[in-house]
Amino acid sequence: MSRRVLLIEDEPNIAEAIRFLLTREGWQVETHADGADAVERIASAAVDLVILDVMLPGKSGMDILRELRDREDTQTLPVLMLTARGQSRDRDMAEKAGVSRFMTKPFSNIEVLTAVRDLYAQASQT
Amino acid sequence: MTSLNVLVAVCLCYVVLLFGVAFAADRWASTSRSTWLRSPLVYTLSLSIYCTAWTFYGAVGYAARSGLEFVTIYLGPTLVMIGWWWGLRKLVRVGRSQRVTSVADLISSRYGKSNTLAVCVTILAVIGVTPYISLQLQSITLSFNIFAEADPGESYVEQSSAFWVAAGLAVFAILFGTRNLDTNERHHGVVIAIAIEAVVKLIALLAVGIFVVWGIAGGAVDTLARIDASAIGQWQVNHGRWATITFLAAAAFLCLPRMFQVMVVENDDERHLRTAAWAFPLYLFLMSLFVVPIAVVGLEILPEGSNPDLFVLTIPLGQGQEMLAMLSFLGGFSSATSMVIVAAMALSTMVSNHIVMPIWLSAKGGGASVSGDVRSVVMYARRVSIAVVLGLGYFYYRMSGGGAALASIGLIAFAGIAQILPAMVGGLFWRGATRTGALVGLTVGFVLWLFTLLLPGMGPEVLAPSVLEQGLFGLSWLRPQALFGIEGLDPMVHSVMWSMSLNAAAFCIVSLLSFPSPLERLQGAQFVNVFEHSAGPRGWTGSVAQSEDLMIMSQRIMGAREAQEFFQAEAAAQGSRAFLPEPTPVFLERLERELAGSVGAATAHAMIGQIVGGSSVSVEDLLAVADESAQLLEYSSRLEAKSAELGRTARKLRDANEKLTQISLQKDAFLSQISHELRTPMTSIRAFSEILRDTDGLERVDITRYAAIIHDEALRLTRLLDDLLDLSVLENGQVTLNLGQGMLADILDRAASTVLTGTPKPLRIRRNSGSEQVVLQTDLDRLTQVFINLISNAQKYCDAADPTLTVSVHDVGGRVVVDLLDNGSGVPADAQKMIFEKFARVGADKAGGAGLGLAICREIMQRLGGDITYLPGQGGGAFRVSLPLGLEIAAQ
Amino acid sequence: MTGGRERDPAQMQPPPVFLERQSYRRRRLMDAARLLPILGAALFAVPLLWPNAGEGGVRMSVAITYVFGVWAALILISAGFGIAARMVQPGDQAEAERKP
Repeated sequence: MSRRVLLIEDEPNIAEAIRFLLTREGWQVETHADGADAVERIASAAVDLVILDVMLPGKSGMDILRELRDREDTQTLPVLMLTARGQSRDRDMAEKAGVSRFMTKPFSNIEVLTAVRDLYAQASQT
Repeated sequence: MTSLNVLVAVCLCYVVLLFGVAFAADRWASTSRSTWLRSPLVYTLSLSIYCTAWTFYGAVGYAARSGLEFVTIYLGPTLVMIGWWWGLRKLVRVGRSQRVTSVADLISSRYGKSNTLAVCVTILAVIGVTPYISLQLQSITLSFNIFAEADPGESYVEQSSAFWVAAGLAVFAILFGTRNLDTNERHHGVVIAIAIEAVVKLIALLAVGIFVVWGIAGGAVDTLARIDASAIGQWQVNHGRWATITFLAAAAFLCLPRMFQVMVVENDDERHLRTAAWAFPLYLFLMSLFVVPIAVVGLEILPEGSNPDLFVLTIPLGQGQEMLAMLSFLGGFSSATSMVIVAAMALSTMVSNHIVMPIWLSAKGGGASVSGDVRSVVMYARRVSIAVVLGLGYFYYRMSGGGAALASIGLIAFAGIAQILPAMVGGLFWRGATRTGALVGLTVGFVLWLFTLLLPGMGPEVLAPSVLEQGLFGLSWLRPQALFGIEGLDPMVHSVMWSMSLNAAAFCIVSLLSFPSPLERLQGAQFVNVFEHSAGPRGWTGSVAQSEDLMIMSQRIMGAREAQEFFQAEAAAQGSRAFLPEPTPVFLERLERELAGSVGAATAHAMIGQIVGGSSVSVEDLLAVADESAQLLEYSSRLEAKSAELGRTARKLRDANEKLTQISLQKDAFLSQISHELRTPMTSIRAFSEILRDTDGLERVDITRYAAIIHDEALRLTRLLDDLLDLSVLENGQVTLNLGQGMLADILDRAASTVLTGTPKPLRIRRNSGSEQVVLQTDLDRLTQVFINLISNAQKYCDAADPTLTVSVHDVGGRVVVDLLDNGSGVPADAQKMIFEKFARVGADKAGGAGLGLAICREIMQRLGGDITYLPGQGGGAFRVSLPLGLEIAAQ
Repeated sequence: MTGGRERDPAQMQPPPVFLERQSYRRRRLMDAARLLPILGAALFAVPLLWPNAGEGGVRMSVAITYVFGVWAALILISAGFGIAARMVQPGDQAEAERKP
């Protein structure tokens, strides 16, 4: 069974870059660009990992993360969060909300790949 | 002998004639302004429905039994008519200026449009008038009887004839009383028909009288001798009854629903009263003149035990004067029919307006304003009410057995109806009269009348003899005909004395103790001071230019300048160029609130309701009140103005504070924003350059594509940095303007072509090149930049299916104003304040750049001595660019 | 009330004395018209003073003559007022009166 990742990102170019990287790693990548219905999308997609942007139209990534952690079925879902704002306040907030990994844009490709691999490995162990 | 069939045929012909006349009169009234339909003579004759069959037949019987006392029934109205300057004139003026539709409406309208009162008066009227209608049915049936007895060949059933009479009258009343729903409740056809009937009954009674005096008694002198020799040959009246009945008749003349209908509601011209003041007493005089002679001669020549109530018929019949008897019969028939028709119409108006409609409307749940079928419901209610009223009359007639019990009912009904008098007179002359007072007075009077007169008069089946003798609950002071132990009075005098005095006393005392609502006070002033508030006799004006009336009224209350500004602003908000706005619900609601600030909510509501509803208070009346209020409010409005100014200042401060808070929040977010805006393109650039560097075996197409992405994002970064620099330069005032002269049309051309070339998303731009021929002295490149920004904004954000941008140019006070209006959904109200701030983007749309465009535009326009603003409420996104014709950058 | 002069600009020129006099007449006429029903009520109450039937009773013919005589007189006076009012107040200005 292939590993599946859901990428919530509204910048099409960034989404395309990440899709390219993960597809080559053997991931099946789904993308979604809207924050408003992201939680439902994540819950119904039954994926192994979520990559979540913070600044999203409709609903911010922080709020989405908090809702995910409040739901039973997504409580332990690995979430990798990306932000372009890069202030330490955001990192604190995300960690309080229960993020699995927090990364600042611009990222290096290898960082993303490593983070995804680590998260997937952790999730499979438990 | 006249056969019954002939009689019926004559009756039918007569009714058909009346139908024809009434129909023609309605036609005339609607097509031409024929004056004779509205002449004082017709008005006077229509008043004659006061003389019912009770008068026509009953007066002779009354005289035969009680001598001259019968004349009091006519003396009361005579005094009211010749004293018209005291009260009647006011009643008619109020009725006309308040658009009153019935006596119940008058009372209700005076006491703050209280429907409870209207219902009370309506019930009282129905109870009082129903037996009276039975009396008319009885008289017609009895007169048929007389002919039937003389014509034994025919089989004749009294009950069924009463039924057919009632049904026929109902049909006539329905046909002519409810053919159209006139807001004025006037019926020319019916009025003309009853005027003709008035003539017929007068001629009939005079003919019988003349025949009796000169045909039988042998001249006037001989008649007087016979009178002196008869059983009623001496002056003998009960003093109390003489005075009481005169008073009662006067009161009933004013309060009877049918009299109110012809006297006030059907009145065309107040000046008709001047003629009726002497002509109607003359009519009554002539109707009474031969009553005693007929009674005396009847007693003399007819066999012992004949019914004196029918002497008017039996004397001519006994003398073989069949034509005269027929005429006399038609006279009685006319008296009965005209009374029944008008009474049924008046009652049906009251029942439908005050009982049926309120119930229907509340059942519909406030649907009156939306559904157009209210009128048909009203008509239906009227028709059914007429049928029900006549049905009640008929059943009362059946129940009472049509016997002598009915004969006394006329006066009893008078006493009942007269209970309205205190509330009516008090309402017209005393501003302190209140709704509660009227309600209590009416109730007290009604209950006393019921207990002391109506119930005892209905016989032992209704009120047990023990109550009559020992009093209610065995309390001797509660004996119906000897209240509080006052014995020996005539029951009629006793009842009227107690009911009227306690009614009036309760009305006055409760009025003094209670406090009226604002609407009551307004109406009270309208009624009592009607001559100050209404200018001369007026026709029933049709619809008026409502906005203008509202404007005039508002000026008096709000002050001329404020009112004009308010109206103009409203008109502008409605998108009209005219000075006066349309009276839309929204505008009225706002105006009402505006007025409520000055005169209170209830009054404002009433005032607007009355102008727009156009129902009861005339505009002139309102103006009068507005003048009064203006004086009262002068002082307080000065205080209010001051506090309003404080309020405005506070509001401005609050606005400023709110904006500062928001801006500081934005400043706070500025770094974070810059970071985000720079990092986002950077991320793509970095990711794809790493992909290009680290990935082997990429397709040629992919390589090109990724390089293109990197290139695009690099451009985006550059643009962002340019904008930031531009803005910072503009904000710091370090910009140097490159002044030149150019045509506005050229600038717009350039901006439009820059935006539209090579874009896939279409945008139609509508322009009026004529108005764009304006020469500007300004920095042409900067101005072009502003228009480019605005046009490309419209292209990006306009969400209409067929996006269109309309550019219009005006000259306002020496400045050029360019409005750019698109047909999309515009900027939401909460975002309008912020769109000119840096990084402000409406919604989370990524369509644009960093959200600096409008901020730059505003900076540029301020440098150029102009301004750019958002125009709310234009039905789409709308920006206004204004700039001076020459350059006034002066000292910056 | 300040006379007809101010109310009717069409009749600017006639001597004011005459107009004042007319207005004065009109008001006295109204007073008289208001008194009429009181007079009538008083006259109709007179029969109450008559003794009832029996010794020295009033004959019916006399009573009828009195009542109808008073009645006719009231009607005539009232009609007289109507005509007089129309002559004193030409046109429609009768109603621009003060309140009663």
